Amino acid sequence: MGPFLAKRFVAFVLTLLVATLVVFLVLEVLPGDPASIMLGVGAREDTLAALRAELGLDKPAWQRYFAWLGGLLTGDLGRSYTYSVPVAELIGERLAVSLPLALLAIVLSTAIAIPLGVLAAAKRNTAADLAVGAFVQVGVAVPNFWFAMLLILFFAVFLGWLPAGGFTPWAEGLWPALRSLLLPAVALALPQAAILTRVTRSSVLEVLGEDYVRTARAKGLSRTAALWRHAVRNALIPVVTIMGLQFSFLLAGTIIIENVFYLPGLGRLLFQAIAQRDLIVVKDLVVLLAGTVVVVNFCVDLLYAALDPRLKSGGEHA
Amino acid sequence: MNKHFSRVMSAGLALAAGLLLAAPAWAAKDSITMGVVLEPPHLDPTAGAAAAIDEVVYANVFEGLTRIGRDGAVLPALAKRWEVSGDGITYSFHLHEGVSFHDGSALDAEDVVFSFRRAMAEDSANAQKALFEPIESLQAKDAKTVEITLKRPTGHFLFNLGWGDAVIVAPESAEGNKAMPIGTGPFKFERWAKGAQIDLVRNPDYWGEAVALERASFKIIPDPAAAVAALLAGDIDAFANLPAPESLAQFESDPRFTVAVGSTEGETILALNNGKAPLDDLTVRQAVCHAIDSQAVIDGAMFGYGTPIGSHFAPHHPAYVDLTGDCAHDPDKARQLLKEAGHAEGFEVTLKLPPPSYARRGGEIIAAQLAAVGIEAELIPVEWAQWLDQVFKNKDYDMTIVSHTEPMDIGIYAREDYYFDYKDPAFVAIMDKLNGASAEADRNAILAEAQKHLSKNAVNGFLFQLAKHGVWKADLEGLWENSPVQANDLTEVRWKE
Repeated sequence: MGPFLAKRFVAFVLTLLVATLVVFLVLEVLPGDPASIMLGVGAREDTLAALRAELGLDKPAWQRYFAWLGGLLTGDLGRSYTYSVPVAELIGERLAVSLPLALLAIVLSTAIAIPLGVLAAAKRNTAADLAVGAFVQVGVAVPNFWFAMLLILFFAVFLGWLPAGGFTPWAEGLWPALRSLLLPAVALALPQAAILTRVTRSSVLEVLGEDYVRTARAKGLSRTAALWRHAVRNALIPVVTIMGLQFSFLLAGTIIIENVFYLPGLGRLLFQAIAQRDLIVVKDLVVLLAGTVVVVNFCVDLLYAALDPRLKSGGEHA
Repeated sequence: MNKHFSRVMSAGLALAAGLLLAAPAWAAKDSITMGVVLEPPHLDPTAGAAAAIDEVVYANVFEGLTRIGRDGAVLPALAKRWEVSGDGITYSFHLHEGVSFHDGSALDAEDVVFSFRRAMAEDSANAQKALFEPIESLQAKDAKTVEITLKRPTGHFLFNLGWGDAVIVAPESAEGNKAMPIGTGPFKFERWAKGAQIDLVRNPDYWGEAVALERASFKIIPDPAAAVAALLAGDIDAFANLPAPESLAQFESDPRFTVAVGSTEGETILALNNGKAPLDDLTVRQAVCHAIDSQAVIDGAMFGYGTPIGSHFAPHHPAYVDLTGDCAHDPDKARQLLKEAGHAEGFEVTLKLPPPSYARRGGEIIAAQLAAVGIEAELIPVEWAQWLDQVFKNKDYDMTIVSHTEPMDIGIYAREDYYFDYKDPAFVAIMDKLNGASAEADRNAILAEAQKHLSKNAVNGFLFQLAKHGVWKADLEGLWENSPVQANDLTEVRWKE
């Protein structure tokens, strides 16, 4: 396990380093001057120059890169150009929305997908399987922003049970905050659940054909017992892979859903920062997200080992 | 087992339903939640151009010596009265007594001097530094009197002092105003949940007439569909300028809401690069002008909301002259003019479109109208950052569509090196004449001359005045119908009994 972790760690650091370099270079060539965006069309050249100097934009690129990298290493993410508050604070506030939302969505989609997928596999070619298949088709085909609008129209506008959007801070209580995340989480979970269901179904079906399941049946285990005790656990490996990918996506790729529900999440922060050329926020966020993806992938690798003991002995894995 | 399960389930469902319904359903009648499209980058109106800043703090948190009222008139604010010398050079402002900032410090003449010096300073970040350019010197005569001497008579000086960029701040708190605005207004800043909402509360120590509202919140809702849903669900009470004109009919037929369509200071233009062939040729620009049907753009891109204009001037202003007939939609004449200019075969241009829907949707319609007379416009969507860089700064464009939202901004055509690249000493002379005039009638006559001059020279394609579509709850009153400045002045807002 030691060399495995060490190798992973080196890859982790290298990935992040490459990410910092790429995002810095991309933003260097991106047109648009943060100072002129902040001051608008009426600003005079001397005012712009004063602001550029204040932001440190008048220094050469390599100096700015190393100053930023040094800041990252010491935990100083810099100050946002537009909000003039520490970027760490800004990202922290947004994480308080995005992280619970992503977790809620992934829990919801897993809770829907795994039972449905196993059911469809166990009852292959029955009405239940067909119904699950139909759900999968609809879930994948319906765009989540449109589904979100339907949810808003029904639960917020028509029934008036839940807010149509916005986020109530956690400081005002667990339930009000959770209430504001409920509809977005459902909207995000549906397409994810549809994909997970399909993966679970085919994976379970594949495992059901394996020798060890036949052996288990031959030993006298009932079909259900063989399914749950032997098949499902082994079938989860591809499911966990997809979940890992989905979680990274849910953390910052939810910009559309955040817009529909006007949630102050990471996705909107990133989008807004790009539009306003708040470059320091863009850079920090991209590195943070790259880091998250790497960490999540690492956790998924660890989970493989836990799920399939064969992988611990160093055999090949997916 | 089954029975037990169903009992647990139904108890759980009942609990869930109870929690859902227990959500605050009362309508507190002394607070308001407004929807705004854009989040301000910070809250200091003296250090940024974003209209979103003024939409929260203007007249609510910060006040200037004068302020702009709902009809565009200049009203006294922190200055209760003023005297202007006969030559229009010296202004004496007398401040109200007993005014204090939200941190408790008292307002005096030194604060005014400080605020304007700060705005005029070398390292100032004031986006409208030009407003203060006419000031020669500032002096605090006594604690409550400020004397300002100008370099030359400036007719719109009192109006300029009513801009959000000219509000009065205190030396002790000025640097912190971006995050914690300290003004003299009837509302105090309370909290800003970044990306979500900004909360203001009533200032109990306000010097003037107390406001009716105890609290005011601004929720940031950039998405048009989300804005409509938030209004319908009752999450917000008012949207001063709903970004979804397509939904206005729905609100008009709903008795729970008031719809107020008013005017803004936004002249929406098809800006032409006057410094670059072929649009440097007056005949070609006239051809473009005749090729365009503004009403079709209003109907097609703005769902019919907007007023056609014939020059760079707001129709609701007393000095407005209707010049829309000068350049009527006439494709045949446009083709004829192109032929005269030696472009019988037409030509190709770029049309750069910033994000607002008036530009993106309007651009497609205008491209079709131009194509009908032989001008091929290549549509290039750009973000604001690119627009500022390519179009505004580097004049790398042929045509663009943009709304100029500053009030009384016809003077931009006299600016050297402005992005239209329109260099006309005759127009500069008209603006100089305007600055020297102070009598209302003289000024209006000069403004009329200026409008005609721009129309005659077909400097840009003048499309329409942007409308303001307000939607709010029917029992809410006092919100502005028009927006002579970009602001949500809440001082007169109250719920009907």
